Amino acid sequence: MAETHAGGYKVYLTTWIWLLVITMLEIGIVLVRVPKTLLVISLIILALMKAALIMAYFMHLRYERLNLIYAVVTPMFFLAIVLFSMLGPDALHVFRSR
Amino acid sequence: MAHEVADQERILASPWGGGQSPFAVGWPKLMMWLFLVSDTLTFAGLLAGYGVMRISLGRWPVQSGIFNIWLVGGMTFILICSSATMAVAVAAAKSGDRKRVTPFLLATVFGGLLFLAGQYYEWSHFIHEGARLFSNPWGVPQFSATFFITTGFHGAHVTGGVIYLLITALRWARGRIQPESIEIAGLYWHFVDLVWVFIFTLLYLI
Repeated sequence: MAETHAGGYKVYLTTWIWLLVITMLEIGIVLVRVPKTLLVISLIILALMKAALIMAYFMHLRYERLNLIYAVVTPMFFLAIVLFSMLGPDALHVFRSR
Repeated sequence: MAHEVADQERILASPWGGGQSPFAVGWPKLMMWLFLVSDTLTFAGLLAGYGVMRISLGRWPVQSGIFNIWLVGGMTFILICSSATMAVAVAAAKSGDRKRVTPFLLATVFGGLLFLAGQYYEWSHFIHEGARLFSNPWGVPQFSATFFITTGFHGAHVTGGVIYLLITALRWARGRIQPESIEIAGLYWHFVDLVWVFIFTLLYLI
């Protein structure tokens, strides 16, 4: 019984390990004190990678029909565009004025 | 007549023709997904408010000197582990591996409770150091307001999730629910983990 099901759980083990590795990378980047711009960009990329892993494998979105994926992911793209266009210019301005 | 019966049947059989769900999932799961999209926007509002405040103020306390990164890292670790046990519980329920479901659901609940214990410790420590909702010793009142409101909102989601999972585990053990209900509870729990990814990154690390 256990052998027949063990293969089905492997993808969660792999996802779990990757999530832990990325989390340790995030903490590592903060501890070595890289320049602020590089820190912000790399942390946001790592966070998006974790989010993609959780959505694709833990939430099974990768195995759903494309219609559902579009319905969930499209609002996030609009959200990212609006947030970046509202906050991005000011954030860059604050960085430059320092 | 514009539409013959054969035409109507052809249209109804197409994904957006009205005869079937274009998303190919049951309605409870679709409702959970739509709720999660709207809840994402709620959290995005909180985090965007934090961004606007921090950028417009131009100064912010150095978080690494205030928060214990190992405690928060540990809480992140616990939440990721509980998400993994939840994923196993969902897979077990769907593949008919029934005896594995309840233990893994309870392990997930245990992870959620450990996370809440960590948050309780962090909050009491923070309050003990003088942080209040609208004032704190670090010179930027908005700092503690952001912290309490955002992590409090997330903590409320974890608390709700723990109760939801306990009820789900109980009903599964009694044979009252289908595997799809476990999957939907799982979607909610993974979402709580997903939100924490961004709170951890934006509030504690950047």
